[in-house]
Amino acid sequence: MTFSPEFEQRFTEMLTHYPSKRSVLVPTLLYAQDEVGYLSDEAITEIAQRLQLTELDVRNVISYYSMLTTKPRGKYNVQVCTNIACILRGADDLWEHCQKKFGLRHKQTTPDGQFSIEEVECIGACSWAPAMQVNYDFHENLTKDKFDTILDGYKKKA
Amino acid sequence: MADLVSHPDEIKVVSKRFGQGAADIDRYLALDGYKAAQKALPMTPDAIINEVKTSGLRGRGGAGFPTGMKWSFVPKDSPKQKYILCNGDESEPGTCKDRLILEHDPHSVIEGVMIAGLAVNAESGYIYIRGEYRYLSIIMQKAIKDAYARGFLGKNIFGSGKKFDVYWHGGAGAYEVGEESALMESLEGKRGIPRIKPPFPAVVGLWGSPTVINNVETLASAPHIILDGAQKFADYGTPKNGGVRLFCLSGHVNKPGVYELPLGYSLKKMIYEVGGGIPGGKKIKAVVPGGSSTPVLTADEIDIAMDFDGVAKAGSMLGSGGVVVIDESTCMVRFAQYIMKFYQHESCGWCIPCREGTDWLKKTLDRFHAGGGVKKDINNIQYLAENMMGRTFCPLGDAAAMPTISIVTKFRKEFEDHLEGRPCPYDPVGSVRLLPVLSH
Repeated sequence: MTFSPEFEQRFTEMLTHYPSKRSVLVPTLLYAQDEVGYLSDEAITEIAQRLQLTELDVRNVISYYSMLTTKPRGKYNVQVCTNIACILRGADDLWEHCQKKFGLRHKQTTPDGQFSIEEVECIGACSWAPAMQVNYDFHENLTKDKFDTILDGYKKKA
Repeated sequence: MADLVSHPDEIKVVSKRFGQGAADIDRYLALDGYKAAQKALPMTPDAIINEVKTSGLRGRGGAGFPTGMKWSFVPKDSPKQKYILCNGDESEPGTCKDRLILEHDPHSVIEGVMIAGLAVNAESGYIYIRGEYRYLSIIMQKAIKDAYARGFLGKNIFGSGKKFDVYWHGGAGAYEVGEESALMESLEGKRGIPRIKPPFPAVVGLWGSPTVINNVETLASAPHIILDGAQKFADYGTPKNGGVRLFCLSGHVNKPGVYELPLGYSLKKMIYEVGGGIPGGKKIKAVVPGGSSTPVLTADEIDIAMDFDGVAKAGSMLGSGGVVVIDESTCMVRFAQYIMKFYQHESCGWCIPCREGTDWLKKTLDRFHAGGGVKKDINNIQYLAENMMGRTFCPLGDAAAMPTISIVTKFRKEFEDHLEGRPCPYDPVGSVRLLPVLSH
């Protein structure tokens, strides 16, 4: 299995940062996921071998972190925050709107594989609530209209 | 990215370079950058620690532990490598300040890590940034690279012959990792499960070595203390509560945002003057003073000074500086439900009182809010929460229990209004929708 040159460069450099090889595991898994789209069996095997860990060890770590997934998801993962600060400013309506718009529920993906939606916990945008992340991009002070405009932008890119 | 706000009452210390392009190293240097680290270089570790003690700086992550004292716990004679760990796993609901520091002033964090390193004779530091903050991780990687290129980091920092390395590290989504020992487990490439204490991180931390772990804002305050003088910093605040801090105003306020105010600032003034009051002229029902894990205050309890001791006297905690304002139209049962949904999701499952307690509480609150509650549930919610307190390895159990206990005791009448098959009086339709078993 091959990763991009940037991935390899970062991986090699990160190995020099720590006294133990295993320390690179969590960020490496996230960067691998960004390239493959999810943590495939192949990616897990590869990373386990490189770090001299068992696959079980690696899967054990994956299951702990909410951003890591072993199931494929959409090219754009729409993550709507429904924690307290966002809820007080209408995030539940926004999440309802998001589900209706896509005809999906939590962690489901559109048939064309372009969009997934997810209800997430606090993303650190409390003073600019309600907020969401599409992949890593923050979108804040949302309204339903603003949400639609932003999503239409991604649809054009998809 | 996130909008900046300002108010005349602010004293900008940590936030003074916000919006000024200080992520660029030349700009940072023009704004007095890296002067504090150079000032600290010839100082003895004890002198640095004493400065920080004099400043009255207390941890900005949540617990409010005196920073100088924390640094002094690192054993001086230990032959082991020592580490500085910067906790940028900001995930306490209501808190969004570290994000601004990392975005607008990443070099001040690097400088803070260096000063902490000089104070305890460490030669390397790690800056852990939560996985969701990818853009900040990119900003930090560039900042570190630039600092190496100038010789501020590396084998011979500022030509002093001393060695100091700073590395970035990224998480992948977990509130629990914000707990100090869980963060170390995560950095070591494992599940973020807390360690039993003692031993404390100052003695046995990263890879078994003495480690100082501080919040981003705490470390970003250190350069200002060293450069401008500890007493000046202390004088901004109140006795034993030195300095200013970033308060994140959110919820039902007209002007939400992150404001840097002196410790001891009036909470009431913060909401009505700095935050511009409540939208629609509504009344306050409750305020979360320091992130979702702190006990809520009622409208009658907000005439207090926002420092560690002032909020403690009111029966809550200053926590992480996340002030969430809740107006009179909000259902407190629903609020408790959303808080518990979060803790149930984030409990790592290691300790039974937390794993089972948060799950039962969430299920009970879901049912209760939708009108499926019975009278004994009210006492049961309190009983379950009280039995989580102090019975877990890490403070996540307490964090889930404390707000719940405060809500169920201070707003008992609202729980009673949900009884006998009556769904939420504030939102009868929506509340049923929130109950998965009945509605879907």
